[in-house]
Amino acid sequence: MTEVLVIGSGPAGLAAACAARALGRRVVLLDASDYVGGQYWRHLPPERPARREAVLHHGWSRFQAMSQALERDPLCEIVTSAHVWAIDAGRVHVMVGEADGAGREARTYAAAAVVFATGAFDRALPIPGWDLPGVFTAGGAQALAKGERVAVGQRVVVAGSGPFLLPVASSLVQAGSTVVGVYEASHLAHLARQWTARPWQLLATPAKLLELAHYASVHVKNRIPYATGRAVTAIHGGQRVESVTISAIDETWRPIPGGDVVVAADAVCLGHGFTPRVELPIAAGCRLDARRFVQVDEHQRTSVAAFYAAGEITGIGGVDLSLSEGTIAGHMAAGGHLEDRALRDARARRDALRSFAERLERAHRIGENWTDWLSDETIVCRCEEVSVGRLRSVAETSRSSGLRSLKLQSRAGLGACQGRMCGRSVETILAAAAPGGHLIDESTTDRRPIATPIRLAELAFGNDKSVEK
Amino acid sequence: MMARLVRAAQDPIGPLAPTRITLTVDGEPVEGVLGQTLAGVMLSADTVAWRSTSFRDKPRGAFCGIGVCFDCLVVVNGQRDVRACQRRAAPGDVVEFHRDMPLSTPEERP
Ligand SMILES: Cc1cc2nc3c(=O)[nH]c(=O)nc-3n(C[C@H](O)[C@H](O)[C@H](O)COP(=O)(O)OP(=O)(O)OC[C@H]3O[C@@H](n4cnc5c(N)ncnc54)[C@H](O)[C@@H]3O)c2cc1C
Ligand code: FES
Repeated sequence: MTEVLVIGSGPAGLAAACAARALGRRVVLLDASDYVGGQYWRHLPPERPARREAVLHHGWSRFQAMSQALERDPLCEIVTSAHVWAIDAGRVHVMVGEADGAGREARTYAAAAVVFATGAFDRALPIPGWDLPGVFTAGGAQALAKGERVAVGQRVVVAGSGPFLLPVASSLVQAGSTVVGVYEASHLAHLARQWTARPWQLLATPAKLLELAHYASVHVKNRIPYATGRAVTAIHGGQRVESVTISAIDETWRPIPGGDVVVAADAVCLGHGFTPRVELPIAAGCRLDARRFVQVDEHQRTSVAAFYAAGEITGIGGVDLSLSEGTIAGHMAAGGHLEDRALRDARARRDALRSFAERLERAHRIGENWTDWLSDETIVCRCEEVSVGRLRSVAETSRSSGLRSLKLQSRAGLGACQGRMCGRSVETILAAAAPGGHLIDESTTDRRPIATPIRLAELAFGNDKSVEK
Repeated sequence: MMARLVRAAQDPIGPLAPTRITLTVDGEPVEGVLGQTLAGVMLSADTVAWRSTSFRDKPRGAFCGIGVCFDCLVVVNGQRDVRACQRRAAPGDVVEFHRDMPLSTPEERP
């Protein structure tokens, strides 16, 4: 039996694996990608060597030190292309092989302790025209720049909310694109209120501030326009993006009449925050907190014994917070103690960075009137192509205010992505249109029985090849 | 060219000579680089759409880039529903576009 099983090899998972190995435990590290590194350290494959890949990254030497130590370590088994699709009764079910391939190898792992480090993905709010080719999530554009050296467009608009828009714009410039502008929905006055409250707290996180200062300098050097209180409220084009409407919005993100301009662009990158990948912890019975991240205590323990969580599934806070949480989770999962010397640094950093993260969250939270930029024809569920009008009419005419039944009637969130892209927006729109202005059941769009797609044939025959580890 | 591969001579990372591969995409030969995903190959050729949606027959390509949204599905060597952003291109791959017969729109569904 494996001693510590880590799911996800981003900053949090790598740090967890290293910490568990430092206590001498046998570790298995699983990741669906072909290479370790997660979103932050997404890099070119070995078939595409480069002289100075580090220029695309922050903390590249730390990444190399961690990943190489684990790769050389005979008591750490790294399994990439390992798609964890289910968890039941403490057993972790994995398909190993090409993404969406047929004939992958089915494996089942049982472990004394499990660390979830599955990260998060971009949230993009629905906007008229956001389903046109040439619209990407901000992270998608970033992943294509770092992992493929693809520039998603020549004239690119970056819009949404949060500090993550800055590295995305920098990467686009490094890839040779012209960034038409970065449009931050939050207002400057609101941002300033959050940032200047209790400034001494920021002193605890100098690395974070330096990273932000670096992006700011790239923006100044490349003359990238940065505007606050602005949002992309419509995207236009026939077969692909041709232009976008940028609107002035109020503090609730309601477009201000007369505040629109249309600019030419061939690509748009949208990022309105992140959604955690919580389906595996939910399947394991772990509780979510009020913000719908995995609830953890000071030990990075979830509500279920022997299951730990670290990184952006527990809250959005950037790479350093993920690393600190990963170190603590790995150490605790390996049987260590919170008071151990080895954790002193990581604990101090985690606590400082958490308050930084809360500040960011308050500064960049989604304004409640964003739905004002929708029209009845706007697609909300991209997979099943369910429009705003359809959602509202189902909610208004149905006598039910239960999310489950409204989803079944409208089919929103029931397509290939299982509501990952639209789920939370669907909830908002349905709740506003439902009698009484809210949904009555406790259900959310987070629950998914299968965490990653598998083919029916694999389900049927998978057990024959299943290996117990 | 709008979506494209960063030109090697201008790329600050100083890429070393790549291994070129040839694929068939929608019936045409397309050059790629070993190690790219199928989405990477297609975007490098400024192909931004490679699927039509089932209900409204609208063009789609990559959106999330990390395997979450399922917008980027293609048929590879006869196998349907492969996420182009997750599958590495292999020399000689035959990539076809998903073109479903448009079904009724959700509004028309019972
Ligand atoms: C696309 C994208 C790009 C980003 N780029 C940057 C950036 O350039 N700069 C920045 O400051 N922040 C970036 N971020 C924010 C970033 O998420 C964090 O800074 C950091 O990477 C979080 O670390 P983590 O370890 O929590 O999760 P991640 O780095 O997200 O790692 C999670 C890992 O879990 C794996 N995984 C998930 N589900 C499964 C499963 N079912 N089976 C197997 N493996 C699974 C994933 O493949 C992934 O490798 C990006 C976010 C996204 C979504
Ligand atoms: S682009 Fe989203 S799954 Fe491939």
